Amino acid sequence: MPETHPRVIVVGGGLAGLAASVRIAEAGTPVDLFSMVPVKRSHSVCAQGGINACNDVARQQGYSEWQHMDETLIGGDFLNHQPPVYEMAHFAPRIINLLDRMGVPFNRTSEGMRDLRLFGGSLFKRTHFAGASTGQQLLYALDEQTRRYEAEGKVTKHEQWEFLWPVTDDQGHCKGIIAQDMRSMEIKAFRADAVVMASGGNGLIYGKSTMSVICNGAAAARCYQAGADLGNPEMIQVHPTAIPGEDKCRLMSESARGEGGRVWVPRKKQDDRHPLDIPEEERNYFLEEKYPGYGNLVPRDIATREIFWVCQEGYGVGGENQVYLDITHLPQATKNKLAAILEIYEKFTGDDPREVPMKIFPAVHYTMGGLYTTYAPYDPDTDTITPASSPKREPNQGMAFGDPQNMMTNLPGLYAFGESNYAYHGATRLGANALLSCVFDGLFNGLSVANHAKAAGSGENGTPAAELPQALYDKFLKQEQDKLNKITASTGTQDPYTIHRELGVEMTAAATVVKEEGRMLQAREKLAELRERYADLKISDTGHYTNQNVSFARALGDMLIYADALLEASLARKESRGSHYRSDYPERMDDEFHNTSRVSFNTGSGRPDINWEAIPSPLIPLRPRTYGKTDTAK
Amino acid sequence: MIAPHTPEKTFLVRIQRQDGESQPAYWQEFEVPVKPAQNIISVLQYIAANPVTTSGEQVEPVVWDSGCLEEVCGACTMVVDGQVRQSCSCLANEQLAKTGKDHIELTPMTKFPVVRDLFVDRQRMFDNLKKIKGWVPIDGTHDLGPGPTETPEQQEERYAYSRCMTCGCCLEACPQFTKDNEFIGAQAIAQALYFNQHETGKKLKSERLDELSGPGGVADCGNAQNCVKVCPKEIPLTQAIAKVGRQLTVHAVKSFFSSK
Repeated sequence: MPETHPRVIVVGGGLAGLAASVRIAEAGTPVDLFSMVPVKRSHSVCAQGGINACNDVARQQGYSEWQHMDETLIGGDFLNHQPPVYEMAHFAPRIINLLDRMGVPFNRTSEGMRDLRLFGGSLFKRTHFAGASTGQQLLYALDEQTRRYEAEGKVTKHEQWEFLWPVTDDQGHCKGIIAQDMRSMEIKAFRADAVVMASGGNGLIYGKSTMSVICNGAAAARCYQAGADLGNPEMIQVHPTAIPGEDKCRLMSESARGEGGRVWVPRKKQDDRHPLDIPEEERNYFLEEKYPGYGNLVPRDIATREIFWVCQEGYGVGGENQVYLDITHLPQATKNKLAAILEIYEKFTGDDPREVPMKIFPAVHYTMGGLYTTYAPYDPDTDTITPASSPKREPNQGMAFGDPQNMMTNLPGLYAFGESNYAYHGATRLGANALLSCVFDGLFNGLSVANHAKAAGSGENGTPAAELPQALYDKFLKQEQDKLNKITASTGTQDPYTIHRELGVEMTAAATVVKEEGRMLQAREKLAELRERYADLKISDTGHYTNQNVSFARALGDMLIYADALLEASLARKESRGSHYRSDYPERMDDEFHNTSRVSFNTGSGRPDINWEAIPSPLIPLRPRTYGKTDTAK
Repeated sequence: MIAPHTPEKTFLVRIQRQDGESQPAYWQEFEVPVKPAQNIISVLQYIAANPVTTSGEQVEPVVWDSGCLEEVCGACTMVVDGQVRQSCSCLANEQLAKTGKDHIELTPMTKFPVVRDLFVDRQRMFDNLKKIKGWVPIDGTHDLGPGPTETPEQQEERYAYSRCMTCGCCLEACPQFTKDNEFIGAQAIAQALYFNQHETGKKLKSERLDELSGPGGVADCGNAQNCVKVCPKEIPLTQAIAKVGRQLTVHAVKSFFSSK
């Protein structure tokens, strides 16, 4: 590979990675894009409902970018930093316009304008959508633009390559990566003056989740072990509506409720009548009763807990862990807009949701926490972008555009974008904000990466990657080769798939909807046992070509380490906030815990160290998060 | 993933294995316990955790490709009992009931090189998207206002094509598309139409049609219509081929006169 400098490496080819590649290539910096799968098959493809942005219709009804920011902050229970959320909400309309220009088939009104739907955590229609496969459509549009840059030689794809480790120089600057070809199993070092992790979430830690089989969080966990801190790893979103399955839980989009779908259970326990034979007055629409304003569209953590509790009390359909999600009453045209998800339900359960209410239950869905990142807040004194004739923003209203600090981890030169970045969603992510944050990171912060790479590549932060000694790269290469050799040569007794299954069961029981100290201490013991058993691995595939067994076993070690950080932060946060609900500490406690849990990997103990970092609130003060609840019994 | 249980009822799974494109193929048979709502992926996960054949031989776990497991990423496409499809959305009990047999047969797609076992290399499909310039040539990512408006009918037609997940079912079923010929196939032709229908995408229409009028282009379609029957997303592929055919005729006439 010809070494031109500076170069940027992007790890992950989902929405965030592709948006970053496009933006960085556009800034004139060549990109090496790494992905475990052909990028068009990345997990962003699974996002269904839509993408939020203030728009002209909502604006004329009193909505604004400011309110989008406010909803995102209260949705996140104020654990998110305000300047980045301000910037994201205000940049969002430009993102929709850009995606529209890229040809995303957004649904249209009769006049040919982009249509909008209602989504959770808002009383305004501000969600743009393409059927019920919005993520797929957005991913494809960015995949197409990336292919265009690839054809022009500005982006080089390395598909079916697995990220193994970030390369850091003696000053701790990130200068490249070690990666492995998943087919030939060759391990190689790649140089770069900036590296973007856009490696997604970690649902596989829970065994079954709504995530794709590649979302194991191993890439983020490897950066964490290499010295990049995690932020709020305890914040995991459990989506209220999923179809439980043998191999995974399949998402049933919030758009089903946004378009008028209703959640209910029979008022009588174990009512065995056909759902359509149960009259209206004998149905309990429990979300609508408790939250008359938001109804079925309360934020996800709230809907999830209510569904969980109603089933705990024995009101689940057939006495089991399931409630009805009912769209049978909706007009045909509305059902057509939901076709993509209704087909999924029908294919995987055999029941037609147009005729019979769906049976759903919550499932692990999104990783709000992730790699800890920083940003440069907006400062009118250094702003050179706003035209002289326009008023400048107030301090902290957004981020300093193009500042290399934006979304950089604590390892200089290593960035985190998209779901692997902890920055935007705090303690709960609102529906249709994920696609937004992923594209936003790539498009807004891509320039920050290019700027850092240009500076580093011209020697501003130590030696440019192209001039560093090969011995540095060889050292990390050897580390990874040794790790692989050790796993391949394992002759123990413990099957990695069994350890993984037990990890998933344990984490799901201890650290999802309701967390409690006693149960989590039990899980701590279990994780210690699994780590011990992991040291005694049995590898059933000794082949040196496309060895999925070895790749999985290696990632399992990283999942165990991430799970440890997630659990310890869950134990340490002795309060309830957003998705993190502690039955032993049911209140939000701002004095003690309006803080980021910043978790560092202790290389001595191999365990997490937790530090609490204060979160400034320069734009809006904290307030209680009630969503107009009428019943305060719970 | 799944741990061994004492099975009450089982069925057999026969898998065609291959260590690589140039290696000989061979068969192995596994016994799998029946579970409710079990798809082919959970069957393969069971085998990965219990890689022992019916003859009691401990073997290397079967390699396969998968991603979303919701039939939207296209990765897990393979041939199940002779039919190409996504294995995630194939429920084992339904499949056994459909064939009336006591076993399920899994083989890799035959139109693409085998990487290992059921895992094939479909890079050719992505390369074809490059050939037909499958993108909208925007000026850049700066804020230049909204895209062109379109009617709900236009959106609906484009949306149908935009759901193509590059799975390759259409090419596996196509008698004209083979491992060693140049035919570009239904997938890329339909994508060319998708971009030709967009107001800005249209700017590259002529270049796309140049590509599709050459060797391996639309003229190589034998009109067997297998593609549309196997498409899991019910994309109107034959309609797309017909429409691109008409665009090509107009294009040829225009090129004829403009070159004079």
